[in-house]
Amino acid sequence: MRLSAFVRMRLITHNMLTSHVKGVKNGYPLVIKAEDIKEQETDFNPDFISRMITRIEWPALTKAMEMIGHTDQLPEEVPKDYETNNDFLKQAHHALMEIEVITGSLTCPESGREFPIANGIPNMLLNEDEV
Amino acid sequence: MKLRQLEIALEDAKPFQEPKIQLEQYVTTPHLAACLLHTAETQFGDICGKNVCDLGCGCGILSIGSSLLGANHCLGIDIDEDALEIFQSNCEAYELNNVVECIQADIARFSPSRNMILAKRFDTVLMNPPFGTKSNKGIDMEFLHAASILASHAVYSLHKSSTRAHIVKKANDFGMQAQVVAEMRYNLESSYKFHKKKSKDIEVDFIRFTITTG
Repeated sequence: MRLSAFVRMRLITHNMLTSHVKGVKNGYPLVIKAEDIKEQETDFNPDFISRMITRIEWPALTKAMEMIGHTDQLPEEVPKDYETNNDFLKQAHHALMEIEVITGSLTCPESGREFPIANGIPNMLLNEDEV
Repeated sequence: MKLRQLEIALEDAKPFQEPKIQLEQYVTTPHLAACLLHTAETQFGDICGKNVCDLGCGCGILSIGSSLLGANHCLGIDIDEDALEIFQSNCEAYELNNVVECIQADIARFSPSRNMILAKRFDTVLMNPPFGTKSNKGIDMEFLHAASILASHAVYSLHKSSTRAHIVKKANDFGMQAQVVAEMRYNLESSYKFHKKKSKDIEVDFIRFTITTG
């Protein structure tokens, strides 16, 4: 029996999120502090991952993996043959889609503003004086 | 999946428990959601194998439907944590094969210069935005603007038919071309007490926007 899929933040979304606090010039990538992480296998679709590779910020993904304590898993750069490199695409799939951050926070690298993650949902709302 | 099958499948999604008037939380009916998604997939191929953003996702009916039709990744965004709680339990109840996530954020805060999400990261953006008829006039345009920033390819949305000319012009300003796919009737049942009649049909345009500028 399949375990039910949880709706929790994965690193593909962390890779897109950036700080939008007033006055911040370089709010990317957000620093992950993870208090509770789980790994959950999901269906691997090489075509999809290959397409996403062109759209994600690879250095931010490798950094995100370091921040949650997963080192030595991803190559520093996207290999030239990434479209046909199945081992690489599997690693990328795991990093992007299979690591769930349940509790923790995302911190703006410039202002230090923390965006809490509770129950797998990051709260990106700002106060009136921050917009 | 056939249109009717999709509609039946979406009937299991739970609606808002206590809709919030200030957020115009009208439920997207299974019928409307199924029509929108089925058209996006069968006529334009914009769902299966794509990553999709569901703006103002509410209880998640468009995200669930996208995932059922094979969207590999779907991100729901809503300002309301109560809605996101239902979103989460709805999506989890469906045991979807594809990844669905959500974040709590204010869609009216999107701007090209200061985003909370990097631009053009999604193939397809789906939304059933607030019409902006109560105290939050213009919120529909804020949603449209956010969608134009997030989508790299296409945006699907529902708008009051009476505002069509304005929508088409604004979309153009945001670098998108609008195509009215269908004219539909949105039956807002007696969601709120201030609706005097038992139910009220509103004419809505189902519009597909294509991104014309990078």
